[in-house]
Amino acid sequence: MTVLRNGVPQPNEWVRVADDAPLPETDKVIVSLERWQAERVNLRQRNAAIGVALKSEQSPLLIQDDLDRLSLVALEFPKFTDGRAFSHARVLRDRLGFTGEIRGFGQVLRDQYLFMLRCGFDTVEPAAGKRVEGYAEALKEFSVFYQPTNDDRATALQLRHRKEAVAA
Amino acid sequence: MYRYDQFDATFVRERTAQFKGQVARRLAGELTEEEFRPLRLKNGLYLQLHAYMLRVAIPYGELSSKQMRKLAFIARRYDKGYGHFTTRQNIQYNWPRLDDVPAILEHLAEVEMHAIQTSGNCIRNVTSDHFAGVAADEIEDPRVWAEVIRQWSTLHPEFSYLPRKFKIAIIAADKDRAAMRTHDIGLKIVRNAKGELGFAFYTGGGQGRTPIIGPLVKSFVAAEDLLSYLDATLRVYNMHGRRDNIYKARIKILVQALGAEEFGRQVEEEWLRIKDSVLKLPAEEVARIRQYFAPPALEKLPARNEGFEAKKAADPDFARWVQANTDDHKVDGYRIVTISLKPVGGAPGDASADQMDLLADLADAYSLGQIRVTHRQNLVLPYVRQQDLFDLWAKLGSAKLAEANVELVTDIIACPGLDYCNLANARSIPVAQRISRRFSDPKRLAEIGELRLNISGCINACGHHHVGHIGILGVDKKGEEFYQVTLGGSSAEDISLGKILGPAFSLDQITDAIETVVDTYLDLREGPQERFIDTYRRLGIEPFKEKVYDSLKERRSAAE
Amino acid sequence: MANVVPQMVTAQWLLGGESIYWTGDGWSENFAAGAVYVEKEAADAALEQVQSFVRDRVVVGPYLIEVELDGALPQPTSARERIRAAHNATFAIDHGSWTSRVADQGS
Repeated sequence: MTVLRNGVPQPNEWVRVADDAPLPETDKVIVSLERWQAERVNLRQRNAAIGVALKSEQSPLLIQDDLDRLSLVALEFPKFTDGRAFSHARVLRDRLGFTGEIRGFGQVLRDQYLFMLRCGFDTVEPAAGKRVEGYAEALKEFSVFYQPTNDDRATALQLRHRKEAVAA
Repeated sequence: MYRYDQFDATFVRERTAQFKGQVARRLAGELTEEEFRPLRLKNGLYLQLHAYMLRVAIPYGELSSKQMRKLAFIARRYDKGYGHFTTRQNIQYNWPRLDDVPAILEHLAEVEMHAIQTSGNCIRNVTSDHFAGVAADEIEDPRVWAEVIRQWSTLHPEFSYLPRKFKIAIIAADKDRAAMRTHDIGLKIVRNAKGELGFAFYTGGGQGRTPIIGPLVKSFVAAEDLLSYLDATLRVYNMHGRRDNIYKARIKILVQALGAEEFGRQVEEEWLRIKDSVLKLPAEEVARIRQYFAPPALEKLPARNEGFEAKKAADPDFARWVQANTDDHKVDGYRIVTISLKPVGGAPGDASADQMDLLADLADAYSLGQIRVTHRQNLVLPYVRQQDLFDLWAKLGSAKLAEANVELVTDIIACPGLDYCNLANARSIPVAQRISRRFSDPKRLAEIGELRLNISGCINACGHHHVGHIGILGVDKKGEEFYQVTLGGSSAEDISLGKILGPAFSLDQITDAIETVVDTYLDLREGPQERFIDTYRRLGIEPFKEKVYDSLKERRSAAE
Repeated sequence: MANVVPQMVTAQWLLGGESIYWTGDGWSENFAAGAVYVEKEAADAALEQVQSFVRDRVVVGPYLIEVELDGALPQPTSARERIRAAHNATFAIDHGSWTSRVADQGS
């Protein structure tokens, strides 16, 4: 399976491990919040990289004390109309200062992909049955943005006043 | 009015192209209807009873004559020659085809218009006072801030998939002409003790099946903090608003569940973390937007125009229209004209393409090319010289646009109802038509005075029935249409929710019931200065209830 | 037979959105041409059968409606379905001399 980073398909280096399955020794693994909480002490001491997957009703505040140990937080879109993960990504980045990878999974359509990147997602697992190329196309759909977020895209407001500064 | 710069223009073109792509993907089978539906709704496209319906955004109700001509063109070319102005200051077309919508959007983009966020679970088109910029009582022009909010809310990356729709209204006067506290966020522009400009946030109001008057959550947010406080409010809602039950998903339910105080505390906590971030509103951007709304250079005129006074004295019909349909202007010698889209027997809020073209011409001739849409489904010409009023009135009259009934009982708000709407339980327009015919005598209309009558075809309350002085709600009883009456609502600064009168009426009974309510008021009022709503508030619902159901019984026994 | 309710299958064209009725071997905008299913099993089977038109992107939202067979022609039982079957609002669309023109078909 591949994941998308900036629209480009890449091999998925992470393994999602079911709650009742043994953890592989060396792989990068993603566990559920429930497993993380139950096995927290052991998991924190694991040598290989570890990530936690949050369901859309699970706030990132539940793992705020563990973010130093986590390399990845995966946020679920159970339905593409459930937009909580957009706020959760912003809370992770802006409020909790998380610098690791934020990954989206579940029913993620290309029509949301640009929004996800603007909110701080790094990678997504494309929805089953959708054209993978569509996600890269979606990133080219807009060149103008109104909202300042913490990505590097300049907003209309910044461009306007930059332009005026040059003109002045 | 605001004009697009290169960035706004590019943005709308890009959005138009994106939607064209979404339609193509639907037709090619890349999107199922389930996936396409939320995407088309975010672009104002519904599938209604008989056809698709496209709702076009008119941000804070402001239109140029050029835009109005384009709306007429679209009505002729892609629809059946008419459009419907809505309580959200927008216009909707009842008959477009799915495969024509991309072309319609391209036409709209040519005149700086679009259908972005006129539906769907996102931040809807922001509404405002239709007298903004010309009202004598405003402390600031709310359009400046409505435009700031329009840009902030447009394709917001974090808030495009909210639990439910989200409506914002903004006013800047004590008189509330925008039903501010019936919104998810109602903003009132205020000044603090130091004279600084800011916003009072009334958060968690709404209509629908659970009507709630928005509580004051924060009494002063400084101008530069507007966007960060909005962001914080929306973030709390997006994370904690209910998603398990569509009827409990609006922010009002969250605010009620937490209490306004606790909700405000959670927003405050979030806000303090982000208020000094990139969201701080730069003064130069506000200044840039403000330029577009600078008061136009108007000819200096005397406050009193003798010719106008003489015409009023000579023509009682004209005088009645001036009385009902014009308002004081902040500039001497001018009046604000409200054009009623409620002709006797007509469909409230509808205008034909020919009427739209004429209105564009009249706006050019008499009102600096500017038009406003009101949330009561009428239109406004904001800059009319007193000396032009008579000619304007005559020309409006030739196009069935001079009904002298603004704020009177036949100035009815009505949703499209079961004649068009997929959600409706009962028809609204035929009820409005019957009532307006019953009260068509201009003298009687004037004698009754201010009376707001609002009709919704279902509990979603698009016709604002909860806040009508008289409200009518269509309900379905085993496939038949019935109508429940409420009394005592108001959407203005004296906001209140109506109370149910009693058992519902059939379509054949409803007009008689309304007439009895009105006659009871005329009998009971302390004089013509006491409005219907004031009489109701003085006496309560009982005297009305008694009369209406007694007279219903009498009619029944007379029929037997 | 207990609780026999005659039913029809209705949907909307994907492109135009007009209401349409399943005739048994195709779709018609004419309500009276719709096939009436007296037995629940037959109605359910017809609803299942038309799903292929959804998959092929011809129609959207098929569902069953109740009909009355008292008169010469079948009639919808609810106000909503009567209005849908008429393909128009129930009032004359009248803007006085300012008539609504039918859409110009030119390009």
